[in-house]
Amino acid sequence: METNRRVFLKVAGLATLGFMVTKPALDVFARGQFGEASVGEALDPPHEVGTTTKWGMAVNLTACSEKDGCTACTDACHDYHNVPDIDNKEEEIKWIWTAPYEKVFPEHGNEFIEDDLRGSEVMVLCNHCEHPPCIKVCPTRATWKREDGIVMMDFHRCIGCRYCMAGCPYGARSFNWKDPRPFIKETNPDFPTRTRGVVEKCNFCAKRLSKGLQPACVEACPEKALTFGNLLDDHSELREILATHTIVRRLPELGTEPNVYYYKAD
Amino acid sequence: MYDAGKIISGIIIFFILVSFPIWISAASGTIGDVPELNLPADEEQCVEDAEWMRANHMDLLIDWRETVVREGVRVYTASDGKEYNMSLTDTCLDCHSPKAEFCDQCHDYVAAVPNCWSCHVDPGGS
Repeated sequence: METNRRVFLKVAGLATLGFMVTKPALDVFARGQFGEASVGEALDPPHEVGTTTKWGMAVNLTACSEKDGCTACTDACHDYHNVPDIDNKEEEIKWIWTAPYEKVFPEHGNEFIEDDLRGSEVMVLCNHCEHPPCIKVCPTRATWKREDGIVMMDFHRCIGCRYCMAGCPYGARSFNWKDPRPFIKETNPDFPTRTRGVVEKCNFCAKRLSKGLQPACVEACPEKALTFGNLLDDHSELREILATHTIVRRLPELGTEPNVYYYKAD
Repeated sequence: MYDAGKIISGIIIFFILVSFPIWISAASGTIGDVPELNLPADEEQCVEDAEWMRANHMDLLIDWRETVVREGVRVYTASDGKEYNMSLTDTCLDCHSPKAEFCDQCHDYVAAVPNCWSCHVDPGGS
């Protein structure tokens, strides 16, 4: 057959059209179904069954002497993690801090409550929830739940969208609105600082745990009001406390299952 | 040729401007400068072979970063079997601090700007 321009263009056009129609159709059949992984599956954190560690904490409401102006745990934590000291409610960064009892436990804000609880300051920090809402909303998986229960932050991956801050019902996350470095009095070279546009929060001292140390706040508390331990270890001090006291957790109705417990010592 | 004077002088000015980086460094006497690395005196061997490190340190660091932060594994076994703590500040800078005398030497030379230091702290200087 003689190939002139007219014939060539006809053949080329038909071939392109045929490819455009058949390729997507073949792709659909090749997959068998219409897509494989559903969105829900993809967002679920990798979870290994049969892990032997689940870190948790118990806060002794009676022993905490914050009402006397003690800030030992906050200082120790913030010094270790290079948390900037920004004296401005809108831009402040906090990993462990205090809030009034009625704000921490709104469901306990009865008209009549125990005198020593009313208006008392309660230590609050990231609850390292069993079902953390913050990780479900993170678009880059910069925050995720480790096998040992720690809700971890990867500052490298954080794009600063602040979805996690909207997701966290406990306000445990802070955003770096500006370069934090000028607000750090003494920089600890063992831990990185953050940069502008990154969210940060308590990480249960993951780095100290890897060295076999207790979290900085637990170590620093002069009243030993904070107890840290493995919730899956039947004989841990933490489990002993939980077994012998009336315990409360923050906003239990949300189903986040916090791993930070509060109790009153006898 | 019309306007030969203008064209030729224009070409000369163009080449002077284009060659600006060359003659400015020639004039300031820095033309033959190469990075001067302050190598640790008491260590013979880096984590891996120096030649390999020169080419691949960035991949190694990214790998360390992912392994430590995402997987929680902190021990790196080098190809010679030696174990290292995977830490930029604790391990790398233990030998190579201050970074100004090591990292910055080459990075400045080739105008590579890694963003490690916007968060990580060099114990030996800023």
